[in-house]
Amino acid sequence: MQFSLGPVLYFWPKAQILQFYREVADSDVDIVYLGETVCSKRRELKYADYFALGQMLREAGKQVCLSSMTLYEAPNELRELRKYVDNGDFLVEANDVGAISMLQEQCLPFVAGAAINCYNQHTLRRLISMGMTRWVMPVELSGQWLSDVLSQSLITDIRDCFTTEVFSFGHLPLAWSGRCFTARSENRSKDQCELCCINYPQGREVKSQDGTQVFVLNGIQTQSGYRYNLINQLPAMQNLADIVRLSPQQTGTFDWLAKFKANLDGNAPQQLNATDSNGYWLQLAGMACG
Amino acid sequence: MELLCPAGSMPALKAAIEHGADAVYIGLKDDTNARHFAGLNFDEARLKDAARYAHQHGKKLHVAINTFAHPDNYQRWQQAVDVAANAGADVLILADIAVLAYAAERFPKLERHLSVQASATNAAAINFYRQFDISRVVLPRVLSMQQVRALARSCDIDLEVFAFGSLCIMAEGRCYLSSYMTGQSPNTAGACSPAAFVNWQDNDGTLESRLNGILIDRFAPNETAGYPTLCKGRFTVGDDTYHALEEPTSLNTLDLLPQLYAEGISSLKIEGRQRSPAYVAQITKVWRAAIDAVKSAPDHFNVQPKWQQVLAGLAEGSQTTLGAYHRKWK
Repeated sequence: MQFSLGPVLYFWPKAQILQFYREVADSDVDIVYLGETVCSKRRELKYADYFALGQMLREAGKQVCLSSMTLYEAPNELRELRKYVDNGDFLVEANDVGAISMLQEQCLPFVAGAAINCYNQHTLRRLISMGMTRWVMPVELSGQWLSDVLSQSLITDIRDCFTTEVFSFGHLPLAWSGRCFTARSENRSKDQCELCCINYPQGREVKSQDGTQVFVLNGIQTQSGYRYNLINQLPAMQNLADIVRLSPQQTGTFDWLAKFKANLDGNAPQQLNATDSNGYWLQLAGMACG
Repeated sequence: MELLCPAGSMPALKAAIEHGADAVYIGLKDDTNARHFAGLNFDEARLKDAARYAHQHGKKLHVAINTFAHPDNYQRWQQAVDVAANAGADVLILADIAVLAYAAERFPKLERHLSVQASATNAAAINFYRQFDISRVVLPRVLSMQQVRALARSCDIDLEVFAFGSLCIMAEGRCYLSSYMTGQSPNTAGACSPAAFVNWQDNDGTLESRLNGILIDRFAPNETAGYPTLCKGRFTVGDDTYHALEEPTSLNTLDLLPQLYAEGISSLKIEGRQRSPAYVAQITKVWRAAIDAVKSAPDHFNVQPKWQQVLAGLAEGSQTTLGAYHRKWK
């Protein structure tokens, strides 16, 4: 089982991102995803910066993958996507089928990210035939669902053609909108957002009127209010997930990476706190904790 | 420009056709479609009746099979395609790559439209789905009019847009908020914020709506209480309690009709398979009149106040919005 760090989902200042990846280089994570996946207006780092970070991390022994955006709406965003596809070096994570279309045209291998709607063995097999080499299961699916897909004969005979990855730690990306909710929370329109996401390095918490943390606003993305945490499911994930993904948090990411590694065989389980959840994996509501 | 109306039952389908729909879209009585509600939709026999009725009146029948197939009973989605094809459907509205591929191989001559649930918001995504020989794309409700215009001008494929009805503010098909709260989502169960999880409680005149135990909204005695769709609740961000994601409101694009017509949009879709035949009748009548007006004199189109009155009366929370089509909404 390998461990990966997903792309940073929040809008951090450039210095913070560079510092974070210096720590990543020194960590013992296996795979690193780089890139802005949420909003094309976030340009603290540009494509060339990510590419340079990728080279630095590869020299540090990491497998590097460039993550593309989830919601493409405008032609200029597709031109930016084209740069990622044409990078000539790193594997690309597609989070929209538009990216798959470009990668497929060039016969390039790709990672199908969690926002690609692959729910069954037939779709999975088609994605493999298009060049997919790694499948990040949609976040709303369970361990049982993953097992049901992987145990189909359509898949068992090509199981060595791809690896599986499961989003296992962090606030879950749950929805993307044309509207920017962080700007809305500051009474601004998206066109006049003034890049206010940069003031919320962990997103903005949304609570129900009686105090339950329901969502986290991250620009156009809505995340789970609770932190998803599959640390205690790791032993059960052994035969299903080849790669365990941790989503970078503002603090504590590397401590959690160490805790996850320590509990690979269930030898160091962790007490979850009241705002952790693992419901999706256990076939419950996503915010539940089983 | 086609008027495509919703029907969750035979009476609704008849109401749509009687009042001027060019085509009607329906779903089967199971979780193969994104309006899987109790008491709604068509079994195989009713589907045949629906096709016969539509064809007798020279109209088309579209069948939505637009959830994502489950691994352990994939055959159900295949069967849904078979049933719809054999019943005489004119169009299948599909979202799952596997189901698109199956339909294209098994019934190559049956028209395939890409469901909004496939979430194709850009030219490259539309290009991706061309490998399944689709003839039309239903655009998600996250695009601005400017973006719709750009797609209409750059993509050589028919486009369908939502004209009126409940407003999904997230890119459809990639929203997991409902399963986060209830375990069931549009993608997996064909329902958002399912009724089985809804609970109402009156606390000394204040009405609380909950979804699977989570407080979605509180209504004072003088407020109209709306269904607790989870993205339309009032929540607290910082010190403010407000509709953090969206107000309870309906999409209404009457004002954009001349622009949509000018861009050659092929079809205007009315949301609401879960609505009553009376609702379908009234909506259809207004949009028929509006489309006829724009077709006969595109440069002199005026939205008639009485149309807006009818639509506002039928809208969620009696409010309507241009949604993402209008940049300021974003």
